[in-house]
Amino acid sequence: MAERFKIAIVGSGPGGLSAAARAAERNISHVLLEAEPHLSNTIFLYQKGKYVMDEPAILPLRSPIPFEAGLRETILGKWDESTAKLKVNVRYQHEVSAIQRRADGIFELRCQNGRTVEAEAVVLGIGLQGNLRKLGVPGEDLPFVQYQLDDPEAYEGETIVVVGAGDAAIENAVALARQNNVIIINRKDEFARAKKGNEQAILKAIDDGVIECYYNSAPEKVEALSAGRKPGRMILNTSNGRAQILLDRVIARLGATAPRGFVEGCGVVFPSKDPASVPAISAQYESNVKGLYIVGALGGYPLIKQAMNQGYEVIEYITGNPVEPADAPLLKAKFNNLKGIGTVEQTLAQIQRNVPLLSHITPLQMREFMLDSDIRTPAQGEIIFERNDYTNSFYSIVEGEVHIVVEDKPAPVILRRGEFFGEMSLISGRRRTATVKAGPNCILVETPRRSMNRLISSVEAVKAEIDRAFITRAIRSRFAAEASPEQLQDLASGASLKRYKAGELVFQEGDEGDCLHLVRLGSLTISRNIGGKDIVLTYVAAGNYVGEMALMGEAKRSATARAAIATETIQLDGAAFKKLLNRIPALRLRLQKEFKDRTAANLSMQALPGGGDIISFLMAQGAGEATDILLIDESLCVRCDNCEKACAETHGGTSRLDREAGPTFANVHVPTSCRHCEHPHCMKDCPPDAIRRAPNGEVFIADNCIGCGNCVRNCPYGVIHMASKPPRKPGLIQWLLFGRGPGPGEAPYDPDAEHDPKLKKAVKCDMCKDQAGGAACVRACPTGAAIRISPEEFPAYAQSRR
Amino acid sequence: MHDSILTYAKSRYLWISIVLCVVSIALYVWHDPAVAPNGGTWLGYTLGTIAALLIVWLMLFGIRKRSYATNMGTTRGWLSAHIYLGTSLILITLLHCGFQFGWNLHTFALVLMLIVIFSGFFGVYAYLRYPTLMTRNRESATRDAMLEEISEIDQNALNLADGIAPEIHAVVLRSIENTKLGGGVLTQLRARDGSDIAIAKIRSAMEQRETQLGAAPAPMQAGQTMIMMVDFLAGRADDKQAEALRKLIDMLSRKRSLATRVARDIQYQAIMEIWLYFHVPLSVTLLAALIGHIVSVFFYW
Repeated sequence: MAERFKIAIVGSGPGGLSAAARAAERNISHVLLEAEPHLSNTIFLYQKGKYVMDEPAILPLRSPIPFEAGLRETILGKWDESTAKLKVNVRYQHEVSAIQRRADGIFELRCQNGRTVEAEAVVLGIGLQGNLRKLGVPGEDLPFVQYQLDDPEAYEGETIVVVGAGDAAIENAVALARQNNVIIINRKDEFARAKKGNEQAILKAIDDGVIECYYNSAPEKVEALSAGRKPGRMILNTSNGRAQILLDRVIARLGATAPRGFVEGCGVVFPSKDPASVPAISAQYESNVKGLYIVGALGGYPLIKQAMNQGYEVIEYITGNPVEPADAPLLKAKFNNLKGIGTVEQTLAQIQRNVPLLSHITPLQMREFMLDSDIRTPAQGEIIFERNDYTNSFYSIVEGEVHIVVEDKPAPVILRRGEFFGEMSLISGRRRTATVKAGPNCILVETPRRSMNRLISSVEAVKAEIDRAFITRAIRSRFAAEASPEQLQDLASGASLKRYKAGELVFQEGDEGDCLHLVRLGSLTISRNIGGKDIVLTYVAAGNYVGEMALMGEAKRSATARAAIATETIQLDGAAFKKLLNRIPALRLRLQKEFKDRTAANLSMQALPGGGDIISFLMAQGAGEATDILLIDESLCVRCDNCEKACAETHGGTSRLDREAGPTFANVHVPTSCRHCEHPHCMKDCPPDAIRRAPNGEVFIADNCIGCGNCVRNCPYGVIHMASKPPRKPGLIQWLLFGRGPGPGEAPYDPDAEHDPKLKKAVKCDMCKDQAGGAACVRACPTGAAIRISPEEFPAYAQSRR
Repeated sequence: MHDSILTYAKSRYLWISIVLCVVSIALYVWHDPAVAPNGGTWLGYTLGTIAALLIVWLMLFGIRKRSYATNMGTTRGWLSAHIYLGTSLILITLLHCGFQFGWNLHTFALVLMLIVIFSGFFGVYAYLRYPTLMTRNRESATRDAMLEEISEIDQNALNLADGIAPEIHAVVLRSIENTKLGGGVLTQLRARDGSDIAIAKIRSAMEQRETQLGAAPAPMQAGQTMIMMVDFLAGRADDKQAEALRKLIDMLSRKRSLATRVARDIQYQAIMEIWLYFHVPLSVTLLAALIGHIVSVFFYW
């Protein structure tokens, strides 16, 4: 007979633990099921001595369990302590494998260890990290088989088999090889999945004989040995037959199974296939399965404090106590500048009624959306953003109207209540295409990029509506100078979105040209086959169009277009476009002129075959997604490192660029430094949303960074690192005359750094947005070797280098 | 876009310097003082003042270079102006003194200034010439990467030598000890590393063995190690050891080419820096001499 509880909580992370503690505090029958032998595995796996932050600072904590910023050990210690004190009913090593809701409304939770638990309500707080994937062969749970590695220094003189070919496996193998005999097992014949640096490191280690590698091999079983020098052995299936390895330890780094499959198995529905989407949950955290609640990161709330608050609240909701959510005061404060409002709920509902786009989302999503967003009530005529700004927030019009200033047209385009704007920059990651001014009685909701992207990826209807608007507006902004909206309607209705992977063909030289493409995200390279070799002629950034040449004269494509990075285009129907051209001679004239200029530029590129090679080289370095990249001419660079010194001096003592590292081609050197990508990889997974884009395009890290290091891992160019702030330097005179502290350009030192790990945050290039003169690295270069350019300038740059 | 310090802003400062020089020459030719032209005429004072101010301003470059947050133009612009105006100083000071020299403080200041300027010329030459050579020499590797590879090769070579014979091990060990990169100023500038001694020894031992199998070792090379090596090869080595030895030589050759490249890299960097150790201290000396020159002029006249 299975045990029966009122509430079963799955996962003892911040959310689950807080819920269980609240249930214990209120004497509600409950059980907390944890797969591991300890609480809060995600935080448990943080590196030792890591300082955990408690962002967002303004959000009050509501939980019987204490939490404040501090060392991982302190936090876990306090949690263990209060769990014991509150007599929380924890069951360790109860990994839940299935949750089923019976017809009588009771949930049955089956655990991997064979136990079954019954509960009236289930709180799912399993986070996003998922379960570590195991070897899947006999012996996978032997004591010397482990699935993580805290400290590679802890092992010495052992024979260690590392299984896996990803970054974690490679990093572990390389680190362990320093004092152990390491063998790495790779299921495939290459390490293509890993980051470039890691791939090079492992291949080198294998070449040097430091690490032995079995390619195309998979473990068949692991066995413990009772006799002999080694405690175990692994039988391996290789392409040449079986092999046996005697070993001390197996470290398998096979990634984790995303929890999504498990959650869907419980009956919870995800709104879209997008891996970033989160299940739809009600304002009371209830999923579409009645009685199944979801809290924490799984529901889209990645911060510890949010999850703990939700854990508390969910228990109140389950027991029928309608507490006001902890974020209510914050929302109320946001609504302060609205006149004549009711409760928070009423205001939220009002906004949803006024803006049809937001009517598709659940009340809880709406709450989260508004917490991230700002209410703006600009005075009439106030500029909301300017053309060529690099901001990428999204605006919904709750009341009033805004005026979009269109170039060459005296009358602005007016958007009214319920409409939205700002989606162009949000999607393309590029500059604002027009200036927007506030009209009378204007009330706007401004939503940051991350929240909007999350909404787009989790609510299909929002995505569809924004895409529709994007197409219409992209066409209009391109051709509005000559054509009326009615004339463009035809073109818009025949348009469709196309996606291309990096390197994929958009169209090929010699193809029949039947359409043109507006690049809406990413970038293309245009090349021609000359003498059997693809010569890159130019680079086309988002916001531009390609393929109109074939529609205006010749019927065949005169060049090949290829996606430089992951790219999306709007494909416009050729026939509709030709019809439009015939109807509007002015448009034809303008396009013909542009066509002529472009052909001339292409021809001059063709005459300089070396030029295209430089563009190809830059594209290979990922410059296709850059908005601003630092290039060093090595024939001018005198290696004085003044750029690095200037960077360190203007940024708290840590240089954000590494001049020497990075590839060089024809004396053009791409140092390790931020390129301020159109869609920054570093922004992808920043729990406090601390990575922002400034109006001039600088991608920077704000002060609310929690030091989690996600951005460091996500950046494919290795330009972000963790650093603590060194003490202030003395002035020039003080140093010169009295020898106080490190001098200008000298590395700063901090005697307290060792015992004070708390201030380590991510640092990266902010393009000196706070420096009046602009990028310090460029200004400090005595010989003019360092320049910053944007990809639009690549063709001209390549030509200047002949 | 990239352009050199000499062509910065369409060589704006070259033109300014040329104008300055032409005007000075014109004034000098036109000016007809009662005595021979010297620093004491009104033109002499004017040119002297200009020159003194220029010297002070040229020296401020050192501060500008370290003022990383300033908005006062780019360092590149300053350097371009520094070079051209500094060069024009030669003419201005010569005109200032009316080509009068003597064994005194004034001429001492002039000579100091010329040394500073010519050391600067060397700097310009080095800045224009060596960056490209450095890039070519590095072959896309960083110096740290090369050093790392060297120490790795050392380690592997030692392991390999260990498996052959203690004598070979000793030779390799000596090679490692002999490889010295960097060091004093002269070592840096000469680009010697000494990594090739051991390899030459082993290689010739190999050749010996192959050409005169069984024959008596030729006494052409001195050194106990050598003779032991050849003995060893002639007498005891089997094919496997010979194979390992050949591999060892390949390794040491690779190391030598790396060490040579690192040494050259250091050499280039040293050349690009060494002149500053004359240029800067001498310019400070010049400033002192200049003050002496000005004070004495006003004191005696």
